[in-house]
Amino acid sequence: MKLLTLNFLTCAIKSCKTSPASFPLHPRDAELEIVEADVNLAFLQNILPRLMWAELRTIASELGLPTLPEDIPEREALVEGRGEGEGEGEGGEQIPSQTAKDLHRVLLETCIQEGKLVCGNCGHEYAVKEGVANFLLPGHLV
Amino acid sequence: MLPTPSTSHVCFDRVYEPAEDSFLLLDTLSSPSESAFLHQRFGQNACVSDIAPLVLEVGVGSGVVLGFVAANARKIFGREDVLTLGTDINRFACQAASRTVETAIKDSASRTTFSDVINGDLASSLKPNAIDVFIFNPPYVPAELPDFTHHDSYNILPTGETRTTFDQDSYLLELSYAGGEDGMVVTNRMMEQMPELLSPARGVAYLLLCAQNKPEEVKQRVRNWGPGWCAETVGSSGNKAGWERLQIVRFWRITAQDTTQH
Repeated sequence: MKLLTLNFLTCAIKSCKTSPASFPLHPRDAELEIVEADVNLAFLQNILPRLMWAELRTIASELGLPTLPEDIPEREALVEGRGEGEGEGEGGEQIPSQTAKDLHRVLLETCIQEGKLVCGNCGHEYAVKEGVANFLLPGHLV
Repeated sequence: MLPTPSTSHVCFDRVYEPAEDSFLLLDTLSSPSESAFLHQRFGQNACVSDIAPLVLEVGVGSGVVLGFVAANARKIFGREDVLTLGTDINRFACQAASRTVETAIKDSASRTTFSDVINGDLASSLKPNAIDVFIFNPPYVPAELPDFTHHDSYNILPTGETRTTFDQDSYLLELSYAGGEDGMVVTNRMMEQMPELLSPARGVAYLLLCAQNKPEEVKQRVRNWGPGWCAETVGSSGNKAGWERLQIVRFWRITAQDTTQH
């Protein structure tokens, strides 16, 4: 599963939802795999406003990934210096900056293949196997 | 007609095979009237148009619907910065659907982004207020719910085996269609989560129902969720006299912004 997905997930136990500690889920004993994909600049720019940046930084550091910048990048920082004299309008394809490539690597290419996702509130562990996270709860926890 | 994603890799012994209900969802989502609605809500001129929309399908099965949306987002929403996410209670469906969506994106040269398919109960692991477009083809047949006691063992390959058992397959397929009393037990649980799941600004939900699910009552219930909530039938198929007559109901909220804009 992609790290971006963790941006939208929380503990499945109802009573945890109101606790801030239930987000993000913390990866533990994670085996990572890099699955290469094309960079989609427009998507990266438009997903920025939805990212929980501080939490994403926590996840990245827990996984031992390179430290993410303290502040979330600006949209403009994802584009390599624009071509000059192109005037306004569509022009050519914009070129992703190194910041964009790094973000793309973390969000969309870094996948948890095996491991656990742990709720910071109740401690429940959700297993990830063959890249699929299992959020099904035993009957007594539903 | 937009192309239907390939599901030739899916084993339909244990994953729901695309059928009339799935195709009704495809036809409805890509119909001129729904495209117009979704373009207005999500297109260039919509409010917060520079925030990527998140599409969630609960109970993806083969992934044919989510794959269709991912592949045809440009036509359906008027944009391609769309993120697709799925859930299913059946782990085999999660794996199959991931492949369907990835293949559909590649085959169509779509520029949308696929997140993952999560193995879970409905949308219980999703963050509140995050979903912009919600799609659900529920187990809607009025039939006794399967016995969940063995779910954990039926949800994976038997130890040391390379194939599932017949009982296991029957159970997994039952999950995909059996909906309990009035075929509404699972849908009712989902609807309880819905108001807090959808994004307040632009959330919209598509729910498939059959005639026995009493769709008029379902719509009325949504309208009672509070001010601004709307529910309309936006697609239908099947024999009017038959009990399995299907329809797609759209739920959405009209915000103060919508009413002041024009």
